[in-house]
Amino acid sequence: MLANLINGISLGSIYAIIALGYTMVYGIAKMLNFAHGDVIMVGGYVSFCSMMYLGFPAPLAVLLAMIVCTTLGITIERLAYKPLRSATSLAVLITAIGMSYFLQNAALIIWGANPKAFPNMFKNIEAIEFAGARISPVALVAIVANVIIMVALTLFTSRTKVGKAMRAVSEDKGAATLMGINVNFTISLTFAIGSGLAAIAGVLLCTAYPTLMPTTGSMPGIKAFTAAVFGGIGSIPGAMIGGILLGVIEIFARAYISSELADAIVFGVLIVVLIFRPTGLLGKQIHEKV
Amino acid sequence: MSTVLKVENLHVYYGSIHAIKGVSFEVGEGEIVTLIGANGAGKSTTLNTVGGLLKPREGSIEFEGRSILGVAPHKVVNEGMALCPEGRRVFAQLSVKENLEMGAYTRPASEIPETLEMVYEHFPRLKERQSQMAGTLSGGEQQMLAMGRALMSKPKLMMLDEPSMGLAPILVDQIFEIIEALNKAGTTILLVEQNAQMALSIADRAYVLETGRIVNTGTGKDLLNDDSVKKAYLGG
Repeated sequence: MLANLINGISLGSIYAIIALGYTMVYGIAKMLNFAHGDVIMVGGYVSFCSMMYLGFPAPLAVLLAMIVCTTLGITIERLAYKPLRSATSLAVLITAIGMSYFLQNAALIIWGANPKAFPNMFKNIEAIEFAGARISPVALVAIVANVIIMVALTLFTSRTKVGKAMRAVSEDKGAATLMGINVNFTISLTFAIGSGLAAIAGVLLCTAYPTLMPTTGSMPGIKAFTAAVFGGIGSIPGAMIGGILLGVIEIFARAYISSELADAIVFGVLIVVLIFRPTGLLGKQIHEKV
Repeated sequence: MSTVLKVENLHVYYGSIHAIKGVSFEVGEGEIVTLIGANGAGKSTTLNTVGGLLKPREGSIEFEGRSILGVAPHKVVNEGMALCPEGRRVFAQLSVKENLEMGAYTRPASEIPETLEMVYEHFPRLKERQSQMAGTLSGGEQQMLAMGRALMSKPKLMMLDEPSMGLAPILVDQIFEIIEALNKAGTTILLVEQNAQMALSIADRAYVLETGRIVNTGTGKDLLNDDSVKKAYLGG
C-alpha cells in the first residue's frame, strides 16, 4: 500500500514535470504543444547516447540533454509555431501534431526502431527501506526534483520581473507590449523552460522504465497533458496536483484493479472531473468585474 | 511651443479595409489634444498605430523629431510615450502593485519606488488596494490603475483611449480632473473620447474624425461652439 503510494507519487512527479511544459506554453502562447512529449524522448536519447557512446557521467548527460532539448524547443517554436502566431488555433494544433510525428520519425531515422535499454543511473545506490516499503532511488529523485522545480517556478513567476512579465503576457499580449515587454522573447523563454524540464522528465522516465524507443514520449506526453487539464491548464500548482493524482490513480488502478485497464481508468477520471469542473481542479475562475 | 508628436498622411488597413485615410495631426509640448468622433471613426486605430500596436501602410509618425515607424512595438514606450488602452486592459490576475511595476518594465528598478509614490499621490485609492488582484477592482479603479500603469513609464506624452467609457458621471468628472492635473504636472496628453463634451472642455486643441479622415479642427472652445460639432457630437 505505502509502496504503491510512493511509486504513484513518483510517477506522478514525472507527469507533473512534463505537465508544466504543457501548462506554461498553453498559458503564454495559448496553444497545445503536442510535440512536447516527443521532446522528452529526444532528451532520453541524448542522455542515453552521451552516457553509452561518449562515456559521460550521469549529471553531465542530464545537463547535455537539457541544453539540447532547450535549443530544440526554442527552434520548434521559431520555425513551426511563430509564423502561425495570428493563424487559427486549429492550424497551430495540426502543426503541433505534425511536429510530433516529425520528431518521432526523425528519431526513427537517427536511432532506429529497436528499443534501447536505458542504463540505470543509480545502480550504485541502494533502495531505501521506509516503513517496510522499498523506495527506489529514482522514485525519490523524481519526487525531490518535482518539489524543487515547483518551488523554483513559483518563486520565478511571483517574485522576478521576467516571471511577472510572463504572467502579464499570458493575460494580454497587446497590453504587455505597451508596457515594453518583448512578447516574442517571453514565448521563447517559456518554450525553453518547458523543454528543459522535458529533458529532466525524459531522463527520470527512462531510468524508471528503461526502454527507449522513438515513441517513448507519446504516451507519457498524453498523460501529462491529461494531468495539466485535470489540474487546470494554465495553472502551475494545477500541473503538480494533476500530475501526482494521475500517477497515484494509475499505480493504484494497476495494482488493485487491472493493469490492462489502468490507462482507461486514468482517462475515465479525467472525463468525470471535466464534467463537474470544466476548468480543471485549479482552473482559472473568471471573476473579473466589467 | 515645440512639437512632441507629428503624424502625417497616415493610412492604416485592417486586411483590405481602409480604416485610416490620410490622417495628419500634431501635438505640442504641454498640450491636451483630443481626437473626437463617432464609433468606428478610427480614433482608437489612430492611437494604437501611434502606440506601435498597428503598422501603418503609409505616412509618417514622428516623436520629438524621430520617426518611430521602424521601432519594435515593445520599444515604443522607451521613446517616451505611453498608451492607456481602450477597455483599460489591466492584468486582472496580477496585483495592483504588480500591474504598476509592469508599467515601469523598461526602467531601472532603483527608480521604481519614487515613481510608485508619485502615482500613489495621484491615485490614493490604488495605494489602499496595492496587494489586491486588479480583476477585483471596480471599473473606475481599473481606469485609475490603467492610467497609473501608463504613468509608471514617466512618459512625456500620455495617450488615453476612452478613459470615461462605462464609468458613472461622477467618476468621469474625477478621471478628467486627474487628466488635467497630470497635464499641469508636465505631461502632454493625447486624448481619444466619445464623450466629446468632456474632452473638448479640457482640450487645448481638438480634431474631429469621421470615417478615417479629419474633417474639422480647432481649439477645444471653438469646437464646443461649432454648429456642425454640436449637431453631430454634443446632442444638438
